[in-house]
Amino acid sequence: MFQSFMVNTWIVASIAAVIAGIVGFFVVLRGSSFVAHAIPNGAFAGAAGASLIGASTLLGLGVFAVLGALGIGTLGRRGRHDVVTGLVLAFMLGLGALFLSRTVEYAPAIYSLLFGEVLGISHADLVPTIVLGAVCAIGLAVLYRPLTFSSVVEEIAAARGVRTFVVELAFLLLVALATTMTVPVVGALLIFSLMIGAPAAARALTNRITVALTLSVVFALLSVWAAIALSYETNYPIGFFVGTISAGCFLLGRLWSRIRGGVA
Amino acid sequence: MKAPETVMMSAPAPAPADKADGAGTGAGAPTDVLSVQGVSVHLGGRQILRDVGFRIKAGELTGLIGSNGAGKTTLMRVILGLQAPSQGEVLIGGELRSRRAMKIGYVPQKFMLDPDAPLRARDLVALGIDGQRLGFALPSRRRTELVESMLAAVGAGHLANKRVGRLSGGEQQRVLIAHALVSRPQLLALDEPLANLDLPSGHEVVALLARIAHEQRVAVLISAHEMNPLLPVMDRIVYLAGGRAASGPTGEIVRADVLSHLYGHHVDVLHVHGRVLVVAGGESSGGHGEWAVGADEALTASEPDADGAESGDGSVEVIS
Amino acid sequence: MSAAAGFAPLAPASLIAPGFFSSDAVYTALIIGVLVAIVAGVVGTFTVLRGQSFAGHAFGDLGSTGGSGAYLVGVGPLWGFVVAGIAAAAAMEAIGVQRARGRDLATGIVLGAGLGLAALFLYLDTTATSTSGAAVTILFGSIFAVPASTVPVVVLLAVISLALTALLYRPLMLSSASPELAAARGVPVRTVGALFLVVLALTVALTAITIGSILSTALLIGPAAAALRLTRSPRAALASSAAIGVGTVVIGIVLAYDSNTWPPAGHAWPVSFFIVTLVLIAYLASGVPAHLRRRRDSREARGGAEVPSVGGETASAVSTVVR
Repeated sequence: MFQSFMVNTWIVASIAAVIAGIVGFFVVLRGSSFVAHAIPNGAFAGAAGASLIGASTLLGLGVFAVLGALGIGTLGRRGRHDVVTGLVLAFMLGLGALFLSRTVEYAPAIYSLLFGEVLGISHADLVPTIVLGAVCAIGLAVLYRPLTFSSVVEEIAAARGVRTFVVELAFLLLVALATTMTVPVVGALLIFSLMIGAPAAARALTNRITVALTLSVVFALLSVWAAIALSYETNYPIGFFVGTISAGCFLLGRLWSRIRGGVA
Repeated sequence: MKAPETVMMSAPAPAPADKADGAGTGAGAPTDVLSVQGVSVHLGGRQILRDVGFRIKAGELTGLIGSNGAGKTTLMRVILGLQAPSQGEVLIGGELRSRRAMKIGYVPQKFMLDPDAPLRARDLVALGIDGQRLGFALPSRRRTELVESMLAAVGAGHLANKRVGRLSGGEQQRVLIAHALVSRPQLLALDEPLANLDLPSGHEVVALLARIAHEQRVAVLISAHEMNPLLPVMDRIVYLAGGRAASGPTGEIVRADVLSHLYGHHVDVLHVHGRVLVVAGGESSGGHGEWAVGADEALTASEPDADGAESGDGSVEVIS
Repeated sequence: MSAAAGFAPLAPASLIAPGFFSSDAVYTALIIGVLVAIVAGVVGTFTVLRGQSFAGHAFGDLGSTGGSGAYLVGVGPLWGFVVAGIAAAAAMEAIGVQRARGRDLATGIVLGAGLGLAALFLYLDTTATSTSGAAVTILFGSIFAVPASTVPVVVLLAVISLALTALLYRPLMLSSASPELAAARGVPVRTVGALFLVVLALTVALTAITIGSILSTALLIGPAAAALRLTRSPRAALASSAAIGVGTVVIGIVLAYDSNTWPPAGHAWPVSFFIVTLVLIAYLASGVPAHLRRRRDSREARGGAEVPSVGGETASAVSTVVR
C-alpha cells in the first residue's frame, strides 16, 4: 500500500485528518455535530452539479459547501438552529437529486463521493489540498480566542464585544473549507464522523484545552491511516472504516470516563 | 441600612437640571462609572422600560430590585449593549457605550457550561483577560499569576485545575466572577446571582461582592427580585416597577410614598425583624400582575388575577 | 425515477398535465404521500418541540443502511428502513444521555457508524448484483417507484404511529415542554422518550420511501417548524403542520408529473426535489409575519408610542426621585 500511486492518498489524507481534527475539536465544543454533517452532504450536491456542467468536482464541492454554511448561518440567526440545518441540508440534497437525474453520471463516481475512494487521489489534487489546508489552519489560528470564548460562554462573550454572529459565520465557512478538501478522500457522508469521533475521545482523556486539541489531531490521523490501510487490504470502502473507527474512538473515550470517573 | 440622606443628594453635583427631565443631556459627573439616562425600551408591542435613569459611582454596590417581568434583565442587557434602547442612552465612565468600551464584567443568570468540555477554571478565567481579541495568547508567567490571584480572591483558588463544567453551580458562579474581574472592569454586573443559591451560599456571595466593591473600587450592580439579602451591603437601590425606576439610598427609596407613586397604587412598607416587606393592600388596583411578587413569586407573577391583585375585599398581598 | 407512462402533448393552458388523473402510479403516490405527510406533520411537531431534528435526520440516513441491507437480502426497502430505524433508536437510547449536547454527539456517532455500514452494504450490493442504481434509489427515493402493494403496509404503519402519538399525547407534551415538571408529576420521562424515538423511527421510514432516506427530514421537520412559527396553540400547530405537509406533497407530485412535459421533454424532474424545495419555501414564508412584526415594533418605538405614565400628580418631593 505504499507504492508510488498511493503516496498522494497518504499525503492528502493526512492533511485532511489534521484539519478535521482541529475543526472537529471546535465542532464538538460548540455542539455543532449536525452542522458538521450537513455541510459535507450539501457539498456533495455541488459535486453532482459540477459534473453536470463539466466543471471541477472540487469547485462544485467548495461552492455548495460555502453556500450551505452561509445559509445555515444566516437563517439560523432567527430560526431554530437544528431545524434550519436540517432544511438547508435537505434542500441541497434535493438539488443533488435533481442534478443526478439530469446526468448519466457513472454510479461509482457518485458512490466514491459519498463514501470515499482510496485510489482516486491524483497528483493534481495535492496543491489545492495543501492550499485549502493552510487557509483553514491560518483561519483557525486567527479565530482561536473569540471562537473558544463564544463557544463556551456565548452571552458573556457578546457582552465583552465579541461579534458572535460573525464568529459563527466564519467558523461555518472554515468547516466548509475543511469539508471541501476532505470529501474526495473520505467521502461526504463520513467526513463528519472523523470530525466528531476523534475530539470526543480526546476530551475524555484530558481537561486541558491545548492537550485536547493535540490529541484530537493525533486520533484523527491514526483513524485515517488505519482506515486507508484496511480499505486497501479488504477493498471495502474507506468510509466504512472511518465510520466504525470513529465510533470506536468515541466509545473508548466513554469507557475511559466511566472507569476513571472522568478526568475532573 | 444607611443613614438617610436628603433626596437632593441622591444625584451628584450638577443635579438640579438632571432631576427634572427624563433624558439627561450632560455626561454626568466624572466619578460616575455608569450613567443611565432616559432609557425606554419598547419590545413585542409592550413598553418594558419607561424613561429609566440612574447613576452609579466607583466602589458602590447597587441593587437593581424588581419582580420577575419588571424589566431587570432588559435593563441589564441595555447597559451591556446587548439590547438597543428605543430611547435614551447609557454612558460608561463618561463615554457612550460602544463595542470597544470593554469596561464591564458580566455574570449572567443562567450559564450552561458543558460538563465534558476540556476547559479548566483557569482557562475560563484566562479568557476573561483578552478572549475577545483575535489570535491566541502565548502563555506567560504574568498571565498565570493574574489568573491564580483572581481565583484566590474569589475563594476558588483550589478549583483552578478542575474541569469547569463539572463544578457545582455556586463554584461555577465564583469562577465566572473571577473571569469578569480579571480584566479590571469599572463595572461588575451580575444578573440575579442569588436566584439559584441556598441561603448560606447567598450570604457568602453577597459578602464577597461587597468586599470586591469596596476593596477594588469596582462599581457592582446586582439585580434581584428580593431585596432583603442585599440590604446589609447595598449603598444604593434602583427599584423597578411598572417599567419605571426610582433610585437613591435605600432608606430614601423604600418608603411607602415613593413606592406607591412608582407602582401607581397604594403600597405599605413594613419593617419586620430587620426585614423589609412591601405590601399591597386594601383597594383593588386593576394594575398589571407583573408587580405581584412574593416568596413564591413564580406563581403570582404576571397573572392579572393572582390572589389579591384585583380583589377589593381588603386582602393583603406581599409584594417583596 | 420518471413518472408513469405515456401522455398526450401538453396544452399550454392547463396546469396539470394530461393523464394525471388516470395514472395508477400517480394515484398510489397521492394516497401514500398524503398519508405520510399527515403522520410526518404530527410527529414532526413533537420532534421540533423536543429539539430532535438531528435524530430525525439520523433515522433517515440510517434508513439507507437498512434499505441497502434489505436490498442485499432481497427484501423490500421499507422493511429495511423500519428495522434499521428501530435498531438505531435502541442504540441512541443506550448510549445517548439526557443532556442536549451529549445527545447530539451520540446521535452523530451512531449515524456515522450506521452510514459506514451503509457504505459496506451498498458496496456488497453492487458487487453482488452488479446493478449500480441501488444507491441512488434508496438514498433519494421516488414515491412514483413505490409499488401499489406497499399501500396496506404504509397504512398500517401510519395508523400505528398516529395511535401511539395519540396515546402518548399528554405525557409527551408535558415532557417536551419541561422534563423536570413532567418527572415531578410522575411522568416516566425516559420511557416516553424511548417510545417517541420508536414512533419517530417509524415515521421516518414512511417519509423515506416517499422522498428518499436522505431527504426524509424535510417532510418531518419543515412543515412542523413552519407551523410552530405561525401559531402558539399545540393543536393548531399539529393541524397546520399536517396541512402544510399535505400541500407540499400534492403540489410536488403535480409538478413532478408536469415536469415530464417541460423541455427537454421526456425527462421528469425528481419529485423529491420539488417536495423539499416547497417545504423550504413554506418554512421561509412562515418567518415573514415575525419579521413584519419586528419592523412594526421598531417603527412604533421610534415614533414615541409611549403610554402616559400612571399615577398622575403626587407630591413634588417624591416625583423628583422617581424618574
